[in-house]
Amino acid sequence: MDAFLLSRIQFAANISFHILFPTITIALGWVLLFFRYRFARTGLQKWIDAYMFWVKVFALSFALGVVSGITMSFQFGTNWPGFMEAVGNVAGPLLAYEIMTAFFLEAVFLGIMLFGARKVPAWLHILATFLVAFGTTMSAFWILVLNSWMHTPQGYELRDGVVHATDWFAIIFNPSLPYRLSHMLLASGLTVAFLIAGIAAFRRLIGDRGEAVSTQLRFGLILGAVLIPLQILMGDLHGLNTLEHQPAKVAAMEGNWETGPNVPLLLFAIPDEAARMNHAEIAIPNGASLILKHSADGVVPGLNDFVAEDGTPLHPPVAPVFWSFRVMVGTGMAMLALSWLGAGLIWRRGADALPRPFLMATTAMAFSGWVATLAGWYVTEIGRQPWLVTGVLTTEAAVGDVAAPMVMGTLMAYLAVYLFLMIAYIGVIFYLARRAAEGKSPTREDPRRDTPIAVPAE
Amino acid sequence: MTLDATTLPVIFAALMGLSILLYVILDGFDLGVGLLFPFATPEERDRMIASIGPFWDANETWLVLAIGILLVAFPAAHGAILTALYLPVAVMLIGLILRGVAFEFRAKAPLAHKRSWDAAFFAGSLMTSAAQGFMLGMYVMGLEWTLFHAAFGLLTAGALTVAYSFIGAAWVIYKTDSALQIKAVSWARGGIWGMTLGLGAVSLATPFVSQRLFERWFSFPEVMLLAPLPLLSVAILVLLWKSLRHLPTKGDHFAWFPLAGATALMVLGFFGMAYSFYPFIVPEQLTIYEAASSPESLTIILIGTLFVLPMILGYTILSYTVFRGKATNLSYD
Repeated sequence: MDAFLLSRIQFAANISFHILFPTITIALGWVLLFFRYRFARTGLQKWIDAYMFWVKVFALSFALGVVSGITMSFQFGTNWPGFMEAVGNVAGPLLAYEIMTAFFLEAVFLGIMLFGARKVPAWLHILATFLVAFGTTMSAFWILVLNSWMHTPQGYELRDGVVHATDWFAIIFNPSLPYRLSHMLLASGLTVAFLIAGIAAFRRLIGDRGEAVSTQLRFGLILGAVLIPLQILMGDLHGLNTLEHQPAKVAAMEGNWETGPNVPLLLFAIPDEAARMNHAEIAIPNGASLILKHSADGVVPGLNDFVAEDGTPLHPPVAPVFWSFRVMVGTGMAMLALSWLGAGLIWRRGADALPRPFLMATTAMAFSGWVATLAGWYVTEIGRQPWLVTGVLTTEAAVGDVAAPMVMGTLMAYLAVYLFLMIAYIGVIFYLARRAAEGKSPTREDPRRDTPIAVPAE
Repeated sequence: MTLDATTLPVIFAALMGLSILLYVILDGFDLGVGLLFPFATPEERDRMIASIGPFWDANETWLVLAIGILLVAFPAAHGAILTALYLPVAVMLIGLILRGVAFEFRAKAPLAHKRSWDAAFFAGSLMTSAAQGFMLGMYVMGLEWTLFHAAFGLLTAGALTVAYSFIGAAWVIYKTDSALQIKAVSWARGGIWGMTLGLGAVSLATPFVSQRLFERWFSFPEVMLLAPLPLLSVAILVLLWKSLRHLPTKGDHFAWFPLAGATALMVLGFFGMAYSFYPFIVPEQLTIYEAASSPESLTIILIGTLFVLPMILGYTILSYTVFRGKATNLSYD
């Protein structure tokens, strides 16, 4: 394998591992603020129990997000120096604003949020929790501005092959930003909803009858049931936006080779790029035309429109985009089914009496948000290829001059570390859940509780 | 002063320098705490971790800011430096990952795994410190991979690791009391010899391995103007050595001194380095003016920086104020 392909695999491995943790912390920060606020208002033990359990998961996820994020900031230079050389004038300020307005905010107030509950007044602790949640969301905003600009660049001019910014408002509010940002924030909310429901279901299954578990089951499932229809709607709008700006990506998502009307929606197919056709199609007639154009004879772009004169494809690789898209949508449908069933069961018999098979299914779906989020990012990122910045810079032009064996060696080291950390992370979450179910405090660090956490007077 | 292609690169070089300096001091002491782990008992380790718990995350963020400024203000240099340092960067990153996660896992994983996470915390701290030291040496040598340069890199790797463990011990002296404080004083007494030898060797070797640096330092009248740097360093080392003979004192007076002294040494060393390399950002190859981004982009970043940097410094001070005094056991509630 050459250094180009290895560098792509390495970047994909790093960013895939990284995004798992922000996906949790972005929404979990706000959820913690809610738990903390509910406790301050009601003084009920179940809210502070929920806060204390999830703040540990937050701290762990945050640490993994920070260290894998540091890796990302170095990867630009070690493997992709051409990126900053070509578009640094736009990417640079966006990344700088991310570090300055978000990274420091979260990192500094995290200390007060985690360890300051007894050292600072309640209002400052709640403020610190708010600033951490706000910081993670700001961080997502700036990163998604840059990512969206790479998909739908505007507000720049090229001078000697280097991008120069001309209109910052146009750069920041580029056409795909509102859709991508909303889609990602909702994805984070769903990931956290199913994680909280899944871990609470696991605790219930191993015999935890506590009130805190019922509260978390109810919270997770209802949050999921509310967010998933919004996410499906937002996904549809995002798809229409992509159709407008990156038709080749949509063609690959649909596995559609020829531009034309009455394009079916493929539920299953094996795209064959060499033969430029699909095998074993299972299709809903006119489905793709209906979804993308809202009419049965709507014209949907085909991949064959994006081929150079000499036969080189100018569209993304079809199979990975096609399949990732189906994994994402399939997971979303499973989320819809589970959370609505759960909401119905809670409505009929309450969160204390959910049937065992349902609890098992909810536990199995604990990390479903990760699957859908990763699959979604693969659709959009592989779908941008062969471009790194659409129409401005190809991925191949940005790769650095590093020997392939060196990239291979570090890739193996990263993969080994990531695999190990992933196992440790999931293992520790279930370990904490088991400890909580046994009624033990999940950490050994807790000293005697000499001063109670301040509850503001009503 | 106008913001143009001559002033902006200098401003950003200064900002990057400030970030690196703050990183080396702040993450220096918490890396040092990790390096001292093998010498501490399990109970002492918990206390040492408690002393850096609220800060380490923010401390590492200065590295992100420094590399971020390099990335956004000097993109050409970012690529050149990081591709040349590909392997040590990878070692450092894996070290930072191990360290950061071990910090959280050791307190949350089953008790039986705690020793392994402690070992990972030490290994991560060592990999990070040594890799940073090695990169410093390679940078001084002009980023060219030869056997001799790599050997010099190993020397600086050792020197920086010892320096970090010294400032780590100084931090523990400042933030703890009783038996652990006494132990930290003995660590610092051992560390100061290593640091003196390491700093001395690197300071002496640097001008002799590079003709340009020799001329920068030893031509007249520069040598007179620069003399305070090494003289002050020696004076601080002597004071540190004397203070360590009397610490800990009754009433805990001067427990802050080793930390302040070590910080002053790092500041002096930093200015020595800055003088040696200015105006180059890639030694002998690329100046800050050649590597800088366009003035329009730098101006946009600068405006934000002028608003945000004082706020960052402000809430960093708030955090150190909230967690001032001797470290007690950490608790989330």
